[in-house]
Amino acid sequence: MIVQIEHLRKVYDGKPDVVAVDGIDLSVREGEIFGLLGPNGAGKTTTISICTTRALPSSGRVLIAGMDVVAHPAISRREIGVVPQYNTLDRACTIFENIHFHCLYFGFSRADATARTRELLEQFHLTERAGARPQQLSGGLAQRVQIARAIAHRPKVLFLDEPSAGLDPQSRIALWDAVRALRSQGITVVLTTHYMEEADELCERVAIIDHGKILVEDTPAALKASVGAGKIYELDLHDQKGRVSLPASLGVLDGITAVEQTDTGVRVFAQPVDGLLSEVVRTADPFGLRDLTITEPSLETVFIRLTGRELRE
Amino acid sequence: MATAVLTTSSSVTRQQQYVRAFAGLFLRDLFVLRRELLPFVIRVCMNPLLFLFVFTVIMPHMGSAAMNPTASMAGANFSTILLPGLMAVAIMFSGIAAVALPLAQEFGVTREIDDRVMCPLPVAAVAVEKIVFSALQSMIAAAIVFPMAYYVPATPVVAHVSSWPFLLTVMVLSSLVSGALGLTIGTSVKPQQIGLIFGVVVMPITFLGCVYYPWSALTHMRWLQIGVLLNPIVYMSEGLRGALTTGLPHMNNALVLIMLCVFLVLLTSLGIRGFLRRVIG
Ligand SMILES: Nc1ncnc2c1ncn2[C@@H]1O[C@H](COP(=O)(O)OP(=O)(O)O)[C@@H](O)[C@H]1O
Ligand SMILES: [Mg+2]
Repeated sequence: MIVQIEHLRKVYDGKPDVVAVDGIDLSVREGEIFGLLGPNGAGKTTTISICTTRALPSSGRVLIAGMDVVAHPAISRREIGVVPQYNTLDRACTIFENIHFHCLYFGFSRADATARTRELLEQFHLTERAGARPQQLSGGLAQRVQIARAIAHRPKVLFLDEPSAGLDPQSRIALWDAVRALRSQGITVVLTTHYMEEADELCERVAIIDHGKILVEDTPAALKASVGAGKIYELDLHDQKGRVSLPASLGVLDGITAVEQTDTGVRVFAQPVDGLLSEVVRTADPFGLRDLTITEPSLETVFIRLTGRELRE
Repeated sequence: MATAVLTTSSSVTRQQQYVRAFAGLFLRDLFVLRRELLPFVIRVCMNPLLFLFVFTVIMPHMGSAAMNPTASMAGANFSTILLPGLMAVAIMFSGIAAVALPLAQEFGVTREIDDRVMCPLPVAAVAVEKIVFSALQSMIAAAIVFPMAYYVPATPVVAHVSSWPFLLTVMVLSSLVSGALGLTIGTSVKPQQIGLIFGVVVMPITFLGCVYYPWSALTHMRWLQIGVLLNPIVYMSEGLRGALTTGLPHMNNALVLIMLCVFLVLLTSLGIRGFLRRVIG
């Protein structure tokens, strides 16, 4: 295990105290892309900050490549690369200089630093912008520079905090490609996100976090399978009484695994059974069925089933 | 036995790691300073140049004693009094401009500090690097102000170096103290209050820092003379008087060195503590 988080707790003093991380245990395997998925305020940034020596835990510990990061912060930083939520590029320096000086901080000779910087600019398709200042870059480019800089000293683990927050869809896909490419270099990636698509697309394993606690941890496929349904029907009802009485009459149908109320109607978890859809529509019709959406289970569904809330609120 | 050897060898490489990271940070700062040298020089020159021009050129040319306020201030020696004083101000302002202002901005807006804090050396050393680099800027600033304060005044300036080792010691200590003061201010105030700090802290300690008058001249305002002893700028200007303008009254040299050391230790530990509080959650 390259990252090992044991009984991690973080309480911020205040009135009242905030329990940001509430007893987290996690292990990340070498070479995988691991995702921490959770809504705002779930404790993702706090967890990452402790792992990257930027915050002290109230209790518990974090081992990176076997080293306790709280006991040996300066040495562990050699194994850690980090891209925080906000842009931390050095505005007084160009893109090239940002990466170059980062290499010098980590003990590279000037020649090695120059070679490494060239290599990274190439890898992240930044060579043309080498002389630009960080302020001149779009969000997507700046994010790529930050990743290039973060791995410049060849860390074992890269931590990305909400890497695609605020990026347009195209930049997001470019970013995902860049992150996937890291795996081929043997870098373990731990990222946080509140976009379920990102966790689903990019991560080999995902832990869902809420109120400082890990709710589940598995592959995206296994998490979605845990919903136990091939399709989800969202029924929008005109008659609000239907929200209460419909679940019982739908629940007896063959192939329906669960029915729950939503704000505007009911949500039906269904298995792929022939004729089931028309049966559902017929049963719901008397309650003023206004609309029907059919989706497949997503990590969002998993989150809703676990917490009763939506991921983005 | 084998473990003992292993531990020492790994602690040597750890030290090397720290030294290289520190050197890298210093190099980066030097590089940026070199690129922004002109604004730096302008910033350093403006305040003393205007001051010298008004008080040691315009006013002496005003003719009659009634029209010339500086003539009655310490006689014709005002420009000699100003020389070490303006150097002290330059040293102190550099500490504020090199550490306090950038830090306030980095904590508040840019967060650039993050990549430095992630360097493979103890976080306190990152703060110490800020102090040391600021000290270098202070020394350069003082070196720029010296010829200005010597040649600009219309009245002659009487200055010579009585002891180089003492002058260098005072300069280095003063510069480090000002860096530590900048660190303490930059980490202890909210970023949006940094402007206020200029009015509430920086201006008063400058004007009450025995910059424009020697400390001994306060002898008829005993309460003030005692009160300003809490002001580190006093020891900077008085120390420089002891090193450069020995013809005028100045504070005891040994006392100056002791007090500069006291302030250095105090402000450095306050500054580092503030820095750690700011960057480690
Ligand atoms: N420096 C801090 N002081 C006090 N409370 C904090 C601090 N940082 C985060 N919190 C609180 O801790 C909780 C978790 O925050 P965070 O880790 O930033 O969540 P996330 O990154 O998942 O959005 C939130 O309730 C937040 O308000
Ligand atoms: Mg966050």
